[in-house]
Amino acid sequence: MFSIGGRKSPLVWAVHLSVLLLVLLWTLPTAGLFITSFRTADQIAVSGWWTAMSSSERNQVTRLPDGPGTQAADGSYTLSGTVLPHGGRVVAWGKTSLKPKAFTPGETVDMGDGVRMVVQANGSYSMTGPKALDGGGRIFFTAATPPSFTLANYSKVLFANGMLRAFINSFTVAIPSTIIPILVAAYAAFALAWMKFPGRALLLAVVVGLLVVPLQLSLIPILRLYNNLHDLTLVPDKSLIGQLIDLSGLGSHSDDGTMVGLSSKSYLGIWLAHTGFGLPLAIYLLRNYMVGIPRDIIESSRVDGATDFQIFRKIILPLSFPALASFAIFQFLWTWNDLLVATVFLSHQTDSLVMTAKLKDLMGSRGGEWEILAASAFVSISVPLLVFFGLQRYLVRGLLAGSVK
Amino acid sequence: MIQQIYTGLATIAVGVGLALLYFYGSNWLLDRLLPQGGGDARATRNIRLAGAIRPWLFLGPAIFALGLYLVYPVIATIQLSFFDAGGTSYVGLANYDWFVHDANIRAALLNNFLWLLVVPAASTFLGLVTAALTDRIAWGNIAKSLVFMPMAISFVGATVIWKFVYDYRGADQTQIGLLNAIITGLGGQPEAWIAWIPWNNFALMVILIWIQTGFAMVILSAALRGIPEETIEAAVLDGANGLQIFFRIMVPQIWSTIAVVWTTITITVLKVFDIVYAMTNGQWDTDVLANQMYFWMFQGTPDFGRSATVAIVIMILVIPIMVWNIRNARREMEGH
Repeated sequence: MFSIGGRKSPLVWAVHLSVLLLVLLWTLPTAGLFITSFRTADQIAVSGWWTAMSSSERNQVTRLPDGPGTQAADGSYTLSGTVLPHGGRVVAWGKTSLKPKAFTPGETVDMGDGVRMVVQANGSYSMTGPKALDGGGRIFFTAATPPSFTLANYSKVLFANGMLRAFINSFTVAIPSTIIPILVAAYAAFALAWMKFPGRALLLAVVVGLLVVPLQLSLIPILRLYNNLHDLTLVPDKSLIGQLIDLSGLGSHSDDGTMVGLSSKSYLGIWLAHTGFGLPLAIYLLRNYMVGIPRDIIESSRVDGATDFQIFRKIILPLSFPALASFAIFQFLWTWNDLLVATVFLSHQTDSLVMTAKLKDLMGSRGGEWEILAASAFVSISVPLLVFFGLQRYLVRGLLAGSVK
Repeated sequence: MIQQIYTGLATIAVGVGLALLYFYGSNWLLDRLLPQGGGDARATRNIRLAGAIRPWLFLGPAIFALGLYLVYPVIATIQLSFFDAGGTSYVGLANYDWFVHDANIRAALLNNFLWLLVVPAASTFLGLVTAALTDRIAWGNIAKSLVFMPMAISFVGATVIWKFVYDYRGADQTQIGLLNAIITGLGGQPEAWIAWIPWNNFALMVILIWIQTGFAMVILSAALRGIPEETIEAAVLDGANGLQIFFRIMVPQIWSTIAVVWTTITITVLKVFDIVYAMTNGQWDTDVLANQMYFWMFQGTPDFGRSATVAIVIMILVIPIMVWNIRNARREMEGH
């Protein structure tokens, strides 16, 4: 529409520029943290991430070794070494903190008492004098370090900070929480789309209504329910049922340790909770999709004697694949990214935290350590980003179908 | 850890197996109990009876889960809001009285109101502009993809990303946060954005706008493409310019979609918790209702009554949208 009327070029440029600006606004924050996750704590502290690609200049100070230095054949003494043991380039140097950039590399400087000193660009220095040297003095210099990146932050957060454990915990939460509601919803959606029974319209209205119920409402009653379930199922842990509960991994001990009951904070609990919270969207999405399947296909197989169950399994389910995929992506992203449900229904012990909870923890305890936070954040968002870029098509389709029109 | 992976896989297998067993088993049992072959009167009656029962077999697990995890909690939360901290003795309207008079709640309500005013409007507007602009250029799809990307990032992840943008150092130090670096680069003074009352609320809102714009863009882009070409051509013939066509011809035709996007983001805003919880936990006057609800549930001295009351208020705010959604959905379904 902006190309209408032959006045194309200036407007088109404006469009290109504004889109570019928008895209920059939307990507720079993420890019910044991403680059930061590959920098050392020292680099992060002294310069912004946007300088990471260029070499950074830093004022440093070093202490010369003690005298007297090595004596040469002509009787003079020399102290030598390097101010840059880790590489880099000296840009300028000086002998007092007031004038740290007084001299250029390679310049021979009179240090007094006939002592002369040279600092080369590569950091090596030599100090020569007619008598035994005192040594121990300080040299101020500005060093340029070439851009360098490290993977150390990632190995640190994964192996030392427990991010790997949290990674596995997140998968443990997200995958069953995605599969279970699909199974349950597919059958329900089929019934709502293609079977006739009294109360169908009402049930549909209820599902649409539940679509927007804030899950905050569910937290306290379900938490209380889980706690009661734990108390109700308490049996002595020596008993057969007690041992079975213990073995299944679903149990937790009472405070005095002699009784065992179904744990109030277990993966099973959070899977079912996520199932309940995800069902309205799943049913709504799948039902709308299934309704669109041509009536002829279903009628003709009914005539051929197929039962509802066969129709569902052999026709509806395969044809509904795109809708199933859309919902699966939604639910996976939502359960992986969820913080609230995980905080309420999973234990707060360090080894059972999911990624989001772990990240929130680190924000509190390691607030200033950006190398840790950045790497942790990227470990946690790597999976959703992969899913996003790999399956964007289904995600868009699901969004379009899922919003109530 | 390895054991956890095994347990996880085993539970998935058992869970899926049980679900399939239920659906197969119950249908098989139904057909067994009500034999439908033979063609006599008994078979006809059985067919009708089985036809009446089968939908409920399909719906059973879903109704159970919806009932347990969504319907029952709504009722239980309403009930809890009339009870004391432990949920044991009836206290009448005491919790609601507290809600109306509490200073923290008032601050949270005010902030929520600000969020409701700003975030849906800004996200929808930016989404609409992005959709319109990207539809016009060759690399529009890549641009769309990048604007849409934050949608996949968790609220906590996004909060870390933006906390780094807002990072603040003293005026004599090198700024490593992008925003303060730009401001000092232009000759201004760095600002501790997160603690800058009351503007810090907007710093938090930016995060949600950043996430939701992609959603608005995707939906509105599809709507824009669905506009009949003739209406635009007619406007061109009448001599309308680009902006006139956009605001007078295209936008009015997608009003209903804009409303959908707006309300969907409104609901997200009402439930917003992670961003505030992770960034400030309500400090520096940034509290919102959802965070207050969590606060009374777990932090400080837990009070289920007050927590439930806050949840009920969030629910009441959602109800108008819920009713509107149901009416729209019913109208749409009558077409089928």
